[in-house]
Amino acid sequence: MKRFATLYEALDRTTSTNEKVAALAAYFVSAPPEDAAWAVWFLTGRRLKRFLPGRLLAAWAMEEAGVPDWLFEESYAGVGDLAETISLILDGRGPAEPAPELPLSRWMEERLLPLRGRPPEEQRPEVTGWWLGLPRWETFVLNKLLTGELRVGVSQTLVERALAQVANAPQPAVAHRLMGTWEPTAAFFQSLLAPGGEEEEDTSRPYPFYLASPLDQPVESLGSPEEWLAEWKWDGIRSQLIRRGGAVHLWSRGEELITGRFPELARTALPLLPDGTVLDGEILAWREGRPLPFSVLQRRIGRKRLTDKVLAEAPAVFMGYDLLELEGRDVRERPLAERRRALEGLLERGRPFLLTSPAIEAAAWDEMARAREEARERDVEGLMLKRLASPYRTGRKKGDWWKWKIEPFTVDAVLIYAQPGHGRRANLLTDYTFAVWSEGELVPIAKAYSGLSDEEILALDGWLRRHTMQKFGPVRSVEPAQVFELAFEGIALSPRHKSGIAVRFPRIARWRTDKTPEQADTLEGIRRLLEGG
Amino acid sequence: MQVLLHPDDRGLFCEAGGFYIDPWKPVERAVISHGHGDHARWGSGAYLAAAPSVPILQRRLGEARIEGVPFGERVRIGEVFVSFHPAGHILGSAQVRVERDGEVWVFSGDYKRAADPTCESFEPVACHTFITEATFALPIYRWDPTAAVAGEVWEWWEANREAGRASVLFCYALGKAQRLLGELARWTDRTVFVHGSVEPLNEVYRQAGAAMLPTRPVAETVRGQPFAGELILAPPSAGGSTWMRRFGPASTAFASGWMRVRGTRRRRGFDRGFAISDHADWPDLLRTIRETGAERVLTTHGYAGSLARYLREQGIAAGTLATPFEGEMED
Ligand SMILES: [Zn+2]
Ligand SMILES: [Zn+2]
Repeated sequence: MKRFATLYEALDRTTSTNEKVAALAAYFVSAPPEDAAWAVWFLTGRRLKRFLPGRLLAAWAMEEAGVPDWLFEESYAGVGDLAETISLILDGRGPAEPAPELPLSRWMEERLLPLRGRPPEEQRPEVTGWWLGLPRWETFVLNKLLTGELRVGVSQTLVERALAQVANAPQPAVAHRLMGTWEPTAAFFQSLLAPGGEEEEDTSRPYPFYLASPLDQPVESLGSPEEWLAEWKWDGIRSQLIRRGGAVHLWSRGEELITGRFPELARTALPLLPDGTVLDGEILAWREGRPLPFSVLQRRIGRKRLTDKVLAEAPAVFMGYDLLELEGRDVRERPLAERRRALEGLLERGRPFLLTSPAIEAAAWDEMARAREEARERDVEGLMLKRLASPYRTGRKKGDWWKWKIEPFTVDAVLIYAQPGHGRRANLLTDYTFAVWSEGELVPIAKAYSGLSDEEILALDGWLRRHTMQKFGPVRSVEPAQVFELAFEGIALSPRHKSGIAVRFPRIARWRTDKTPEQADTLEGIRRLLEGG
Repeated sequence: MQVLLHPDDRGLFCEAGGFYIDPWKPVERAVISHGHGDHARWGSGAYLAAAPSVPILQRRLGEARIEGVPFGERVRIGEVFVSFHPAGHILGSAQVRVERDGEVWVFSGDYKRAADPTCESFEPVACHTFITEATFALPIYRWDPTAAVAGEVWEWWEANREAGRASVLFCYALGKAQRLLGELARWTDRTVFVHGSVEPLNEVYRQAGAAMLPTRPVAETVRGQPFAGELILAPPSAGGSTWMRRFGPASTAFASGWMRVRGTRRRRGFDRGFAISDHADWPDLLRTIRETGAERVLTTHGYAGSLARYLREQGIAAGTLATPFEGEMED
């Protein structure tokens, strides 16, 4: 536990990626494999369901420390983190001699996992006993584990980099081994550190996805358009279609196996594709040659049972755009132009369920820019630009794949509700609900949390507190006076929403202090825009 | 019970003595607990302070009438006796004891109980009414032993030295800087670079006999002076980019009690935070209140309301006094 807590502290302290990788590598070299396996589990964002509700933990801590609950509340407001507040008020109570060190794996397997499902009166003496024997920072880490909130400020790519360094294996190989389902065992960690080469593993396992970066430079600076493949940027579920060992598997980018949700895709792929084929693409809801809104696709994921009705309402296609494995060989190092040709050949007879994402022909960038202008009317998000000579990379490595999106939709809306955020923003009102006009009333259309600077958040917090009209629990209704420009990645008509529209990824673009609430948009105006466009 | 001290719009007034303690507006007679800006303000007619505080006050107040009294010596002012007792906060910092007809009030000023090689140690003073500061009066504030935190500062400096980086440690120019210079003398005798606002105060401390590392003002170095591996002490307000640029690659840290909380540490954007404070932590506030034997406690600064409420729940008569004292500021 000590070793893991020290690693967490080192990662928490620094913002330098090199220092983080160095700390991780030092840990992986020195920790016993059964511990390191658990560390990798947590570091890659895998979670265990919480063992205890934080509220119970807080109640026990208050009693142990003799702190009345109002004082605990005030302390929490100053700290903004429950696990930390508890560790701070308990500090200094333990015996001079800490309890003997127990490795992380044994903490997990012998203490925490067996805690699950037991009645609180049995859990309490266990937990309070552990608190007594641990120093402050380890108490903090333990509390995070207990409440299922352990999140370390480190990206999966950095973990992969450190493991690759220790294993002396290529990073993509390590990334590949980390995908899919695995158990945090010593054997797994040892297999992670195997030198590069043949993989024996689970045939359903996908490759790590390559992610595009937003185009942050003039498009002309990319060189000649002939060196680039341009496609529409589809808004669906990014996935890999894997045909191996006589079966088909569909993986989402979130590493979920979603084969069962799209039976028509698997049924088409099985006879069509040779064994040892992996495709990268996008699953879309599709009708008459064009994509349906993302919300339609969500019905496929959301519903418990896939009835014929759902299958018919949300028809799906796999829009292929890359080939990662062919005849059992990893072809990611081959240039895109070559992979793409092979892909087109494979999917030639894939209709109507397996398609190849069409290439957009343009001889010059300004022609390309005009094509991009059509994006909204085609219900796509913009263009993807991919370098024809590039290999298939992993993660968000910049330079070979660009997303050149159309500007998001924006709407001027009025802030009507506010409530406190979480974590370090727990003492500030940072979660807002916005509304637009409809027949003289303000109708909520979106919740947004992000987009304001720290200074704006502070200023707004003060204003909201002074102009609260009513409180419902943590939610305040406030005077409808502040106007904000909201940007959305997607906005669509939706009969399921009260407002009649559904928005995706709303964020605050600007605080329009120059506008009065009367100048905010109307629902009717937004609808007209959508229907017209 | 007599009321010996009460706040009005100018400060904490002692009517029977005709003076104010740490007034926030100019008055005729001011009794000063210590030299920090929120306690020692400019413009009063005459100042009275503990003797070791006088050189600091002279620096801050310039051409004022300042008189010093040795710790523990009783002076009669009007109908009361006044004496100063060490508060352990910074050099010369004092609690002010006021007595009239056997009734004793003590104003704590700012204080700490942890040892500090550069100033006099706190002495509990028995009293009927104790006016205590409450800057860190929440149970989350509890200081690790100073030697342990100073050891972390030293390790941080050494690690930066090995990596060829400068170490820029932000801290208050008066008190904290000198305490750090004193604490670090356990490990080294290297010269430390200091911001221009720190050096004159170092001189005052040295003349009072404080043992500290040798220092050199950054402003006196020549252009192109290499700072790799060096330690630089500066007040937080100095952290602008132009001033920082001269040090080349540098790690930054802040030494403050507020650094006890991880979120504060991260929000401030320093590479490291060292929780070292010149104020009493929660256990020491409670211990001190107990040791004075006071039957009534009045609280000022920071979490004054929380401390008073907690004391009342423990059966101690307690209330808050409204003052503009700031304690350890967050920046
Ligand atoms: Zn002070
Ligand atoms: Zn103060």
